[in-house]
Amino acid sequence: MKPAAFEYHRARTPAGAVGLLTELGDDAKIIAGGQSLVAMMNFRLARPEHLVDITHVDSLRGIAVSEGEIRIGALTTHREVEKAGLGVLSAAMRWVGHLPIRTRGTVGGSIAHADATAEWCLLAVLFDARIVVEGPSGVREIRASEFFLGPFTTALGPDELITALVFPSPPPRAALTEYADRRGDFALVAAAVDLDADRVVLGGVGAVPTLVSGKWCSGTTYRARAAAAAGSLELRDEPGISAHYRRGLVRTLVERAYEEAANG
Amino acid sequence: MAERFPSSEPVSGDSRQGDYRHSRVVGASVPRREDPRLLAGRGRFVDDIALPGMLHAQFVRSSEAFAEIVSVDLSEVRAVPGVVAAYAAADLDLRDITALLDRPAHEFVPTAMPVLARDTVRYVGEPIAIVVATDPYAAEDGVEAAVVEYAPREPVVSDLGALAEGAPLVHPEAPRNTLVDVSLFATEGIDALFEAAHTVVEVHTKTGRQNALPLETRGVVADWDDRDEQLRVQTCTQVPHQVRTVLAACVGLAEKQVRVTVPDMGGGFGQKCVVGREEIVAAAAALRLRRPVKWIEDRRDALTAAFLAREQRYAVRAAFSETGEILALDADVVCDMGAYSCYPFTAGIEPLMASAEMPSVYTVPAYRVRGRAVTTNKAPTAPYRGVSRPQYVMVMERVMEKAARALGLDPLEVRRRNLITVFPYTGVNAITYDPGSYRESLDLCEQTLRDEGWFDRRSDGVIGIGFACFSERTGYGSGAFAQRRMQVVPGFDLSEIRMDLDGTVSVTTGTLSHGQSHETTMAQIVADRLGIPYDRVKIVQGDTDRITYGWGSFASRSITIGGSAVAAASVKLGDQLREIAAHLLGGDPAAAVLEDGGVRLEDGRLSFPEIADVAYLRSHLLPKGVGPGLAATASFDVAGDGTFSNATHGVVVELDPGTGGVEILRYVCVEDCGVAIHPQVVEGQARGGIAQGIAGALFEVVRYDDAGQPLAPSFMEYKVPTAAEIPDVRIEHLETPCAFTENGAKGAGEGGTIGAPAAVLNAINDALRHTGVELDDTPIPREAIFRALEAS
Ligand SMILES: Cc1cc2nc3c(=O)[nH]c(=O)nc-3n(C[C@H](O)[C@H](O)[C@H](O)COP(=O)(O)OP(=O)(O)OC[C@H]3O[C@@H](n4cnc5c(N)ncnc54)[C@H](O)[C@@H]3O)c2cc1C
Repeated sequence: MKPAAFEYHRARTPAGAVGLLTELGDDAKIIAGGQSLVAMMNFRLARPEHLVDITHVDSLRGIAVSEGEIRIGALTTHREVEKAGLGVLSAAMRWVGHLPIRTRGTVGGSIAHADATAEWCLLAVLFDARIVVEGPSGVREIRASEFFLGPFTTALGPDELITALVFPSPPPRAALTEYADRRGDFALVAAAVDLDADRVVLGGVGAVPTLVSGKWCSGTTYRARAAAAAGSLELRDEPGISAHYRRGLVRTLVERAYEEAANG
Repeated sequence: MAERFPSSEPVSGDSRQGDYRHSRVVGASVPRREDPRLLAGRGRFVDDIALPGMLHAQFVRSSEAFAEIVSVDLSEVRAVPGVVAAYAAADLDLRDITALLDRPAHEFVPTAMPVLARDTVRYVGEPIAIVVATDPYAAEDGVEAAVVEYAPREPVVSDLGALAEGAPLVHPEAPRNTLVDVSLFATEGIDALFEAAHTVVEVHTKTGRQNALPLETRGVVADWDDRDEQLRVQTCTQVPHQVRTVLAACVGLAEKQVRVTVPDMGGGFGQKCVVGREEIVAAAAALRLRRPVKWIEDRRDALTAAFLAREQRYAVRAAFSETGEILALDADVVCDMGAYSCYPFTAGIEPLMASAEMPSVYTVPAYRVRGRAVTTNKAPTAPYRGVSRPQYVMVMERVMEKAARALGLDPLEVRRRNLITVFPYTGVNAITYDPGSYRESLDLCEQTLRDEGWFDRRSDGVIGIGFACFSERTGYGSGAFAQRRMQVVPGFDLSEIRMDLDGTVSVTTGTLSHGQSHETTMAQIVADRLGIPYDRVKIVQGDTDRITYGWGSFASRSITIGGSAVAAASVKLGDQLREIAAHLLGGDPAAAVLEDGGVRLEDGRLSFPEIADVAYLRSHLLPKGVGPGLAATASFDVAGDGTFSNATHGVVVELDPGTGGVEILRYVCVEDCGVAIHPQVVEGQARGGIAQGIAGALFEVVRYDDAGQPLAPSFMEYKVPTAAEIPDVRIEHLETPCAFTENGAKGAGEGGTIGAPAAVLNAINDALRHTGVELDDTPIPREAIFRALEAS
């Protein structure tokens, strides 16, 4: 469980990071909090020849709340968001790993890593957040709805850097809840609900965060909406967890997310 | 420091009686001698050791569950920068390890475990070659460069698969893949009892394979010392002398040429009470290279290739009278021991324990049992805290619950009707149980949960309460182990004690602490016997050069047997001190009293330094026939069947019908380990054990796929519970002193682990009682709870 050899590079600016990525090519990888990447490197499942450390790029850090939007710098940690009083965004952070992980793991790293049950990925899709990206040809924005392409696969180019996420402000009435046998684990099933928009995003039911809104009429009970959400999914039995159980979890968690969103 | 704590009370001339009631240090939760270094991060564990020129080892391990090795090519490995050497089996030529039972061929099939796989690999992770490099990173680079060609065979991946007609044979010498097949008891006429019984209940259960999971993984630093002509092996083992013997034999050295020492240890739980293969290979490499070699097991290897335990299947019937008395018990136990028999215990460790002790705390009048160990293409097994007792206690506690249901009785009442209450009690299993508080612990546990109001909160589908009553045989002497018919029979312990000029004492113990605070508890025992503060006592442990022979620490033997040997040695030293003092002061040694760091007689007092001064520096003043120096040796063994600690655990769980989730709301443990030398240490043992028991009931399992690939190589898959899953535990103590250990103590190392699975399982089934569903397998799948509640 020791990583293969790599060369370490430190970036000071976003452009510097992009420059390094361009120069070093495919074998370079950004490292932020390292909470996903280092584990993969220790198992030698990832073996980048170059690591570009962005943790000294100060402009990627911090949260800016302005009229209509919340801009979260890519290097902001889960813990910083948790303490920032940003409604559902802050509340959802309690589900991300354990405290030590939240104090190191970053928002940008979560989005780039693109685990289909990651809280940040669900939240981004729920609000169709704008993912701000800097590359060799400048800055562009990608909508979350177009960002997640498959398991651990995104629309981010190999020489692009996520610089920020932009969410609507104030955060709408929404909630995220999930289930795992053990606290701090990635969810077996996670459900995020935007009450006013009547949107539901699920984790753990497909290769990417899955949006299931619009399949029922608003006005019905939360339980009925949850049942409709669960019913709309195509699920398969997997070792140790049947489709039936997973559907049941969806039903439970969507209803609970609705209730939490409504009751605060 | 000593002034802040109680010093011992006077010890009468009759100190051999070891009357614990007159002592003050024993029984007090004094600050631990280990704490200053451990809490400040100044402990020294194997991985903290760095020797000049030290190399780092890693292992090429089998990627196949079952295969012939066609070829092992290490030439690329040796070309990797930083790699110093790479050896396969043929390069080192190490003798195999074979653990033996004195049993006939139809009961036991001996199998050899090669130290490095030679022709055949039998599990994923089996070591094939060692790579030694200048740093651990290069060692892993080297491992990646190895080319092993396999001719794969169909693996055996389950106990039933192993026993199936025509199954491939993991060891050709073991038909039906059966290494042990014993029928220890079969009461005559038992079938008629079942036929005539009012009620017969059955329990069929399968328990998950688990990893004992010491926080500190296995590891070793070995180097050859030219001055002492010794291979020095610093390793985190529970059994240093057994490691020395096997290592010496494997590499072809004399025992005097091997010194095994044990630094601080971060747990063992049984996984380290067998002789492992990697430490032998690393030591052999150090010997060959004449350079220090370190091997630290990484967590992936610890999860996939270390010794595992606990995968068992029970088919049990129990006959009951209409009023709930158990009449007969009939059990078939199959233990999936994986690829090899561990040394020294053999693959018999689990089935023999289950077969011998299954009747548990109940008066079972008729008993029949068959216990088998089957071999499969999975990582081999070792003892794990509790050894089979967590499983058979779970079975017996399910038996009681099922009988209560079938008869419409209260399950605690059924237990009360069957608990052993008259001691000593000799069971149908020919074991004599010394006095315990079986009934009292159940009463107190129930009352505690009632007083806390939990019985009022019980509700169908949500809150359930479960209990487990059990005992734990501790202090297995050589007689008890001989009944297992091991060829290597552990049991006794030896202790050598010495007083130096300033009156401080060093004492050896053949046991060794791997987290249980022996430096404190053993010192407390000595302090009370000699009348000195416990910080005047140094405990010497874990060193084959300094300790004549020891069996190490396992099976809750350290305080019962090691502590008794230490006490006996202290008494002998005390006799010497009294004799010399009586001579110098003029008086009767029998009237001399050890107190406050000296000897008091009617006509005066001599301090220990004053006596030591004579014993060492002016020995011409010693009485006739008394040699110079202040030293003594004593041994201790338990002649009978050992001593039984006991406990009742009570658990309250809350189920989440929407997810099948389980939350433990309350945990009460009423335990009785006789005289608790250090109650806080006992509580720590109980808490840690309970956490491991909960882990087995609800979280941890090592699964393999059909190809024999382990499915839990990291903590993402192997769900060790965290502090968030483990409840606060209320612990209540009862004290039934043991009559035949020196301190009245019984063992306390394993109990927590033993009771927790049964209590948790019973609590969940209590909450499910209205559904008619009963869950008997562990770890309990949350989906099964979800489905049971969904259907109701
Ligand atoms: C025990 C444990 C439990 C966890 N539980 C959860 C959980 O419940 N939910 C959850 O969501 N996460 C969980 N995580 C993961 C954690 O949240 C990670 O912090 C996160 O997934 C990645 O963030 P990071 O900053 O650590 O990224 P890193 O590990 O440094 O990088 C991850 C990936 O993102 C890339 N990357 C990082 N930053 C950028 C950027 N700005 N632009 C482009 N690419 C970038 C890297 O190249 C790499 O491919 C857990 C981790 C652990 C160890």
